[in-house]
Amino acid sequence: MSRGVFLESTLRGFSNALSRALVSEYVSAQPGLLQKFDPRVRVVGIFALVLAVVICRRLEVITGLLLFAIILAIVSRVSLASLAKRVWLIVLGFTGLIALPALFITPGDPLLALPWSLTISAQGLRTALLLILRVETAVTLTTILVLCTPWTHILKALRSLGLPAEVITMAAMTHRYVFLLIGTANQMFESRQSRTVGKLSGSQQRSMAGRTAGVLLSKSMDLSYDVYLAMMSRGFRGDIRLLTDFRLRLRDYMGLMAFLFVGVTAIWMGR
Amino acid sequence: MHIPDGYLSPSTCAALYALATAGWYTALKRIKRLLATRTIPLISVFAAFSFVVMMFNVPLPGGTTGHAVGVTVASIVLGPWGSILSISIALSLQALFFGDGGITTLGANCFNMAIVGSFVAYGVYTLIASKTELTARRRVLAAAIAGYVSINTSALLTAFEFGIQPSLFHDASGTPLYAPYPLHVAIPAMMIGHLTLAGLAEAVISAGMISYLQRADIGLLRGGAISTPEPSFVPARSTSRVWLAIALMMFLTPIGILAAGSAWGEWTPAELSAQASGNHAPAGLEKIASLWTAPFPGYAPSFVRNPAFGYFLSALFGVGLLLLASLVVKSFAAKGRRPELRS
Repeated sequence: MSRGVFLESTLRGFSNALSRALVSEYVSAQPGLLQKFDPRVRVVGIFALVLAVVICRRLEVITGLLLFAIILAIVSRVSLASLAKRVWLIVLGFTGLIALPALFITPGDPLLALPWSLTISAQGLRTALLLILRVETAVTLTTILVLCTPWTHILKALRSLGLPAEVITMAAMTHRYVFLLIGTANQMFESRQSRTVGKLSGSQQRSMAGRTAGVLLSKSMDLSYDVYLAMMSRGFRGDIRLLTDFRLRLRDYMGLMAFLFVGVTAIWMGR
Repeated sequence: MHIPDGYLSPSTCAALYALATAGWYTALKRIKRLLATRTIPLISVFAAFSFVVMMFNVPLPGGTTGHAVGVTVASIVLGPWGSILSISIALSLQALFFGDGGITTLGANCFNMAIVGSFVAYGVYTLIASKTELTARRRVLAAAIAGYVSINTSALLTAFEFGIQPSLFHDASGTPLYAPYPLHVAIPAMMIGHLTLAGLAEAVISAGMISYLQRADIGLLRGGAISTPEPSFVPARSTSRVWLAIALMMFLTPIGILAAGSAWGEWTPAELSAQASGNHAPAGLEKIASLWTAPFPGYAPSFVRNPAFGYFLSALFGVGLLLLASLVVKSFAAKGRRPELRS
């Protein structure tokens, strides 16, 4: 009895997002190494490493950066099993699938001959490995940053790096209301699922998806007006002031130097 | 279509960041000019809505499902500039918080989906919907086509960005350093999936939502939930300036004493007689001049000796009277108007 694949799969997506947020909240409160640094150091340091990953052209150096990311994850109390499940396998599945044909269709020196006149070229193998390793390393680094830093701290760090206050405020509010709207959509889907008996036709499912999204839009607009009134009642007049109470200590300067040193060395070695 | 880090070269990322920054800057400027306070919660909650809609598994013909971006509905409800900001914030949140799309490629993703996507969706929808009624079936079709065309345009751009990588960025041995497929492979590979799945998902969700809004919340289809200035904010700053100007003018009123003679056309019958070289003032004027005696003749109450202070007092009295009159008119006007709950 199928009640509509999209109901179940969308509900699964919602619960995954919520569980990811909970994991992030738990890990960011752990006494790990990355958590000890000022959020600005974390953001600048990790962004520098991601940039180094993208600029590097040598496989060995990118592998070195991946190892550095794994060590950073361990000392920051990020579970490697969770990283493997949430990042490495997913990236391998997605980017691996995209990179696979490159093994055979990239012209170059033949490396290995396979049945059905397929040949893996040295250049094909290298480009596929470059792509997979780059994506794995960059997503690992970004995931470590997000897991170890509360969203509000990331935004404050971005503000102190020069992003407009309006953008930061909107991103912070979006993050807050994403979870509220996920909860609302979750309830709508669950209540629809509980009332669904038998099989839904394709057109019924499409119509249901459109209606649900429409109701969610109406609710979102009402919510935005409520938020607006709440802001106005508290005296909001369009001027945004964000509290940035971060203070750089010696440890932070040393951490920043270490991140930049690794990044610059990787770029230099990976030319 | 969310390009992760590592697929595009640093120079491609930088160029697309520059293009996206120009789009974000203009959008922010335009939106701020339209409406300041209302913008922030509206764009934020709409971005949250777009984020959640991106998580919907949209059922497609053939039994499979696909994900929509929600850029079409955002363009229709908020207009293209509002849509650029909302979708960009949703994409940034996806990239940073959920690792869907990269940091170095955020500019590219926002340029492809939020900026180009919004303009294409808005343009196609406006072109097909034309000036039809908000409840017309044609608008549902227009939204579906706009969604389909917009997603496929974004996909084509993405494919182009992928396709130029191997020819521009490779090492001495010919190994592509970033996305490995040339244009003749990247474009068909990308477009097959978007012409059949992702484009349809956007078309289905856009048409479904427009059809629902036509029946349940048609106000949102008027286009430009943020195109009307919010009266409650705009005066907040301008009134303080007006008050300051009024106060300054009140203090400056005694300057009027310095001017010699009476203002042109404000003569008394006696002054007019003197000006007319001994002739009498018109008889009609003398007759009606005595009908009304001002409470503060010569801009000074009779009990005030200092003329400058008298001028100031008159200004204070005059402004007070005007304010009182405007309040009375405002309260009468407000009685006939229902409060508007949605901008």
